[in-house]
Amino acid sequence: MTISVLYDAPGPVARRRSAMTSVVGAVILIALTAWLISTLAAERTTAAGAVLPGLFDSSRWDIFADPVVWQSLGRGALNTLAMAAVAAVLALAIGVLFSFGRTARSRWIRFPVAVLLEFFRGMPVLLMMLFVLLVFSTGTYWAGVTALAVYNGAIIGEALRAGIRSLPAGQREAGLAIGLHPIRTRLIIEFPQAFRQMLPIIIAQLVVLLKDTSLAYIVGYSELLRTGQNLTNFFGNRYNFSFFFIVLAMYLVMNLILSWVARIVSRRTASRTRPAVVDATVTGPTGGRATAGKGSATPD
Amino acid sequence: MDAVIDNLPTFLSAFGGTLQLLALSGIGALVLGVIIAAMRISPVASLRAFATVYTEVLRNTPLTLALFFCATLLPYLQFNPGYFPLAVIGLTAYTSPFVAEAVRSGINGVPIGQAEAARSIGLPFGQVLLVIVLPQAVRMVIPPLINVLIALTKNTSVAGAFFVFELFAAGRTLANARGDAVIPILLGVAFFYLLVTVPLGLIAGRIEKKVAVLR
Repeated sequence: MTISVLYDAPGPVARRRSAMTSVVGAVILIALTAWLISTLAAERTTAAGAVLPGLFDSSRWDIFADPVVWQSLGRGALNTLAMAAVAAVLALAIGVLFSFGRTARSRWIRFPVAVLLEFFRGMPVLLMMLFVLLVFSTGTYWAGVTALAVYNGAIIGEALRAGIRSLPAGQREAGLAIGLHPIRTRLIIEFPQAFRQMLPIIIAQLVVLLKDTSLAYIVGYSELLRTGQNLTNFFGNRYNFSFFFIVLAMYLVMNLILSWVARIVSRRTASRTRPAVVDATVTGPTGGRATAGKGSATPD
Repeated sequence: MDAVIDNLPTFLSAFGGTLQLLALSGIGALVLGVIIAAMRISPVASLRAFATVYTEVLRNTPLTLALFFCATLLPYLQFNPGYFPLAVIGLTAYTSPFVAEAVRSGINGVPIGQAEAARSIGLPFGQVLLVIVLPQAVRMVIPPLINVLIALTKNTSVAGAFFVFELFAAGRTLANARGDAVIPILLGVAFFYLLVTVPLGLIAGRIEKKVAVLR
C-alpha cells in the first residue's frame, strides 16, 4: 500500500507546510548530531582529575597510520569471515537434512526431528556455543562454527520445508508418475524449486549468521571485535573508541554488502515467481524463527 | 541432575533477571520501534531519512557490538547507571529497528483497496487510519512482533556476558564451578529459555493461522 492513498494530493499550502516541517525536522536532527559530536569531541575531566582528550583528538587516531594495525584488523576480519563461511556451508547442509527429516513419511522420524528443531530454534546461540565449547572441548573456532551451523541450519530447514510445502502437489505426483523414487523426486524436482523460492529468506538468514559470528567474541575466539579489543589492550585505553568505531564500520560494510545482495536476489526471485516473499532482507535480532509460512518473511 | 536441583534458587533468580531484561527492553523496544515506524511512513522527508538510516545502521550492527558499546564505552564517557540499565539500553536500541520494520510491513501489508474504499466513502485521514487500516495492520503485525520478542529473549543471553546476572551468566558460573556436571547445568539453562520461547512461538503460530484464514 502506498501511503499517498491515505491523504489527498497535497495542494500548494500543504506542500509548503510539509516542506517547512521537513526543514525544521532536518534542522533539529542536525543540531542534535552537532551537539553529540561536539560533546564527544570535548575534553573531559575524570573523577580522579585527569584530563581526557576529546574523541576526535588526533592522539586517539595516530596509530591508524601504521599498516601493522590494519594488518591485524584485517586478520580479525578474515577470522570472522572464515567462521561465517564454514558455518554457512554447514548450515545449508544441516538445513537440507532437517528439511528431509521434517517431511519424512515415517512418523518415527518426523516427530523427533520436529522436537529437535524446536529445541535448537528456541535456544540462544551463545548458550549453544558455550555448550559445545565446554562439553566437546573443541576449541573456540569449532564451538562457534558448530553452534552457528546447527542453529541456522534449523531455521533454514524450516524455511526449506515451507518452500516444499508451498509447491503444487502436482510436482511431486508428476515425479512419482514418471517412475522416480520418492527421494529422487524430492531431490531433482521439489528441492530445486523450493530452494529458489526460499532463497531470499536463506540469504537473509546468512546475514544473521554473519552478524552472529561476533558472539564468538564472548567464548574467546579472536574475531574482529576481539582483535580490536586486544589492540586496545596493547596500545592503551586511549584508543578504545577509535578501535570500536573502526570495528563497527568494518562490520557494517560486510553486513550491508550481504544485505544488499539479499535484496537484489529477493527482487529477482520475486519477479520470476509469484510475489510470495515480501521483504526477506528484514533480518532479525540475532537470528530467531523464520516461520516461513506461505511466503511471509519473518523479521529475524 | 543433582547439580541443577542443588542450584535451583540460583537458576530461579537468574531466570528472574532474564525476565526483567526481557520485559524492560521489550517495552522499550516496542515504544521506540513504533516511533521509528511512524517516522518512517510520515510525510516529513527529514524524519523519514533519519528513521531509514537508524534502522539500517542498527539492524546491521551485531548485538555483541551494541552491548559492548553500552557496557564498556558508555561508562568511559561518564555515563554509568550500572550494568543492568546499560544492558537494557543496548537491547532496546538493538531491537527497536526490528519492531519498526515489523510494524511498517504490517501497515504496508494492508491491501490498498481497503484504504481506497475508506477514502471513497468519504472518511477523513484520521478515520481511514484508525478505523480501517490500523485494526487490520495490528493483526498482521502481532505474529512478527512475537517473533521479535522471541529473538529478544534469546538475545538477553548476550547481556550475561557483559556483567549482568541472568541465565547465561549463571549457567557459565555454575558450569565453571561444577566441572563434573556441565551438561545438566547447561541443559537446565536451556530449559528455562525454552520455557519462554516455545510458548511464545506456539502463540505466534496460532495467531498467524487465524490471520491467514481471515484473509
